[in-house]
Amino acid sequence: MSGHSTYEPKTGFTRWLDSRLPIIRLGYDSFVDYPTPKNLNYWYTFGGILSLCLMTQIVTGIILAMHYVPHVDHAFNSVEHIMRDVNHGWLIRYVHANGASMFLFAVYMHMFRGLYYGSYKAPREVLWILGCVIYLLMMATAFMGYVLPWGQMSFHGAVVITNLLGAFPVVGESITTWLWGGFAVDNPTLNRFFSLHFLMPFMIAGVVILHVWALHVTGQNNPSGIDPKSKEDTVPFTPYATVKDGFAMVLFLILFSVFVFFQPNAMGHADNYIPANPLVTPAHIVPEWYFLPFYAILRAVPDKLGGALLMFGAIGVLFVLPWLDTSKVKSLRYRPTARVFFFLFVLTCLVLGWCGGELPDNMVFQVGSTASGDPIGLNFVWLSRIAAAYYFAYFLVVMPVLGLVETPDAVPDSISASILNHSAEKKG
Amino acid sequence: MADTVGEITPAGEDPSRRDFIHVAALAAAAGAVGSVVWPLVDQMNPSGDMLALASLEFDLSKVADGSEVTIKWRGKPVFVRKRTPAEIAKAKADDNADLKDPAKDADRHKPGKAEWLILIGSCTHLGCVPTFGGGDWGGWFCPCHGSHYDTAGRIRKGPAPKNLALPEYAFLSDTKVKIG
Amino acid sequence: MLRKGFAIAAVVGLLASAAPAFAKTTEEEPKEFSLSTDGPFGHFDAAQVQRGYKVYREVCSACHSMNLLSFRNLGQPDGPFYDAKYKNPNENAFVKAIAKDYNVADIDTETGDVIQRPGTPADSFPKPYPNEYAARAGNGGALPPDLSVITKAREGGPAYVYSILTGYHDTPRGLTVPAGKYYNPYMPGDLSGFWSGPKDKVPVGGFIAMPPPLVADKVSFDDGTKSTLQQEATDVVAFLDWAAEPKAGERKRTGFAVLIYLSLFAGLLYASYRRVWKDVKH
Repeated sequence: MSGHSTYEPKTGFTRWLDSRLPIIRLGYDSFVDYPTPKNLNYWYTFGGILSLCLMTQIVTGIILAMHYVPHVDHAFNSVEHIMRDVNHGWLIRYVHANGASMFLFAVYMHMFRGLYYGSYKAPREVLWILGCVIYLLMMATAFMGYVLPWGQMSFHGAVVITNLLGAFPVVGESITTWLWGGFAVDNPTLNRFFSLHFLMPFMIAGVVILHVWALHVTGQNNPSGIDPKSKEDTVPFTPYATVKDGFAMVLFLILFSVFVFFQPNAMGHADNYIPANPLVTPAHIVPEWYFLPFYAILRAVPDKLGGALLMFGAIGVLFVLPWLDTSKVKSLRYRPTARVFFFLFVLTCLVLGWCGGELPDNMVFQVGSTASGDPIGLNFVWLSRIAAAYYFAYFLVVMPVLGLVETPDAVPDSISASILNHSAEKKG
Repeated sequence: MADTVGEITPAGEDPSRRDFIHVAALAAAAGAVGSVVWPLVDQMNPSGDMLALASLEFDLSKVADGSEVTIKWRGKPVFVRKRTPAEIAKAKADDNADLKDPAKDADRHKPGKAEWLILIGSCTHLGCVPTFGGGDWGGWFCPCHGSHYDTAGRIRKGPAPKNLALPEYAFLSDTKVKIG
Repeated sequence: MLRKGFAIAAVVGLLASAAPAFAKTTEEEPKEFSLSTDGPFGHFDAAQVQRGYKVYREVCSACHSMNLLSFRNLGQPDGPFYDAKYKNPNENAFVKAIAKDYNVADIDTETGDVIQRPGTPADSFPKPYPNEYAARAGNGGALPPDLSVITKAREGGPAYVYSILTGYHDTPRGLTVPAGKYYNPYMPGDLSGFWSGPKDKVPVGGFIAMPPPLVADKVSFDDGTKSTLQQEATDVVAFLDWAAEPKAGERKRTGFAVLIYLSLFAGLLYASYRRVWKDVKH
């Protein structure tokens, strides 16, 4: 889409089409002849994997919608009907359910890669922000999709998350009532969640097109963070990137298949095989694993509104990230100090995820007891508070300050030079 | 990956072997796509609970002489008619008439069970449900486009191309029939 | 570097999350339990599932429904009474005979009266109670859960169900058991309110409204298997596990084919990848 097109139509028909709708040219320039930095590593294959995930979810989702009944009396049984009676229904449903987890897993890898190599920095701010929009839409879609089987976790998850919006002053209650279409999560809620769950993937697909467009305007970042300077630094997208992406996709599919065929319920929760019952809440209510870090941030704050704001803030901060990082160097490969803080940040995210799955009052470790028998030590609320503090500090303090004070390593002149340095470093 | 850097590339690689690997990889990809498509298509075929209802047993003792019962089988009406001797005679008499879709009355019922006529109640024209007692031949008449069927369910007049279809069925006993 | 850093972070994270999640309630860890279906190579043992069905039919079904199951399911591939002779499980003679033993409410299409007719394979398993209220009224206020997906709907799965069935225990001295309840250490619960002994020695487990359902020789097995409590419990859990996901066998078999195919495909692609990139320093 950027630069000079090298596409030359060869037959009469393609010449005819090219002067009317240059769609083959578009595809050729974007996915065949497109110059790709030759030093992209496997972390860069998650973009392709994510498009595969989106397609899988849309195709299996459309099929599930053919058999699913969005009604409180039938939703649970229609899902079991898919599992038991529809031809290959079990396969399609398990692919869709585990596909959500795989999709989120891949998107987290993609985001951490972007953070590590500074892919959000100028001129790729819009590319990054579009990615954040996709992530936000994915979370909304995943949440609504989890409600549809209408099990205990579906129902009470929906209750908890929708009530969160009730935390907002003045309008909170009207918003939840409006969202529910009633006075609690009920049939109207299920119906609209189904409708929106069907719609949102197509919105995601739309933003993905913008994301890819923005990517092709600025060109891909790469592990060295240096923009390609000559033809020496790049290779054509096909076959070089396609075969590498393809190989990574198949490895990803192997992992995916292990879950679908041998551990299909490992990432789900047993309570969701109990039909929704508004009168009984499961003893231990937890969201899906991909929401756990945010759930921990929510619970770290003793105030309802504060918790909700901080949780949304944790996602919101990603949108302004390009302007928080003051460093001139993109890749953390040349920023040894920043690297330490980055891995601490990754660890923090995992710790937050751990906290999100535990009861807040449980103890991480205990050093003794008070006279009245209460334990002394660190409980999960405090661990999540510490972790949440670092989560925000990383973006709001470490990034702006470190960029100004640190001394980065010498940055090579070009991608080709960086390859020589990097492989020498590995060998030595 | 990085370890290929600095390696000496082996000279004189056999080009046909190189091509073979790319072709095999592409073929494997095509195979993968192909085998994924089948479950996605097959899921639209009748599901287990539908197939379970694909055959049903019907108690004939409920049907009086000269009357018919319409039952739902595979989502369509099935006429179970106990014919009177007069109807049977009328149908037999027309065996050699000028028929659009020639068939003997004897082929329209099970041997020795001439009184039981079991038909799929769906007009062979465009699928409407014909009613009994109308039409010029004392059999069925389709209200949609005016097809006339006789007492053996044979098409006699109107746009329908074929006789009313016979479902697969078998007598389990004198009073019990299994359809499907 | 990115790879190494992630690996360290992931390992630390996994170690952390491997610690069990504790609720306020306590229960005994489920007993060691295994079925022929365990593991990727596991498959259903038809004879065992048949025995389990008998236990369900003669004991459990008095109170517990299995709404998602129909008689025809018993005759489908991997089902306990599957017979390759009958492609359509609806025609399976054995299944038909089982279904016929039950009376099913229906409407007489001629008179409109409510009638009872013999069951057919397409009918679902009969419900012991017409509705939830009747079920609660018949069980001292407790609702016997539907057993269709019970092994998937409980933390611990088959081992949990087995432990409950075989885990009834003499009431510890100092524990007051409410009327109509039974002590079971494998049932999650919080017994501190019913405990008069020392505060740090509250018994684990909880109360269950179901009286011990199985005892030795309660069900006589047609294949001559000795009917011990453990045997009955194992078999019925095998049946419930089959019922929770009758397509699990098909799933695992498909999974093997898929994994083998994908591994070969990955190998080919890797070779192709190495050849494409072999002249490029990257």
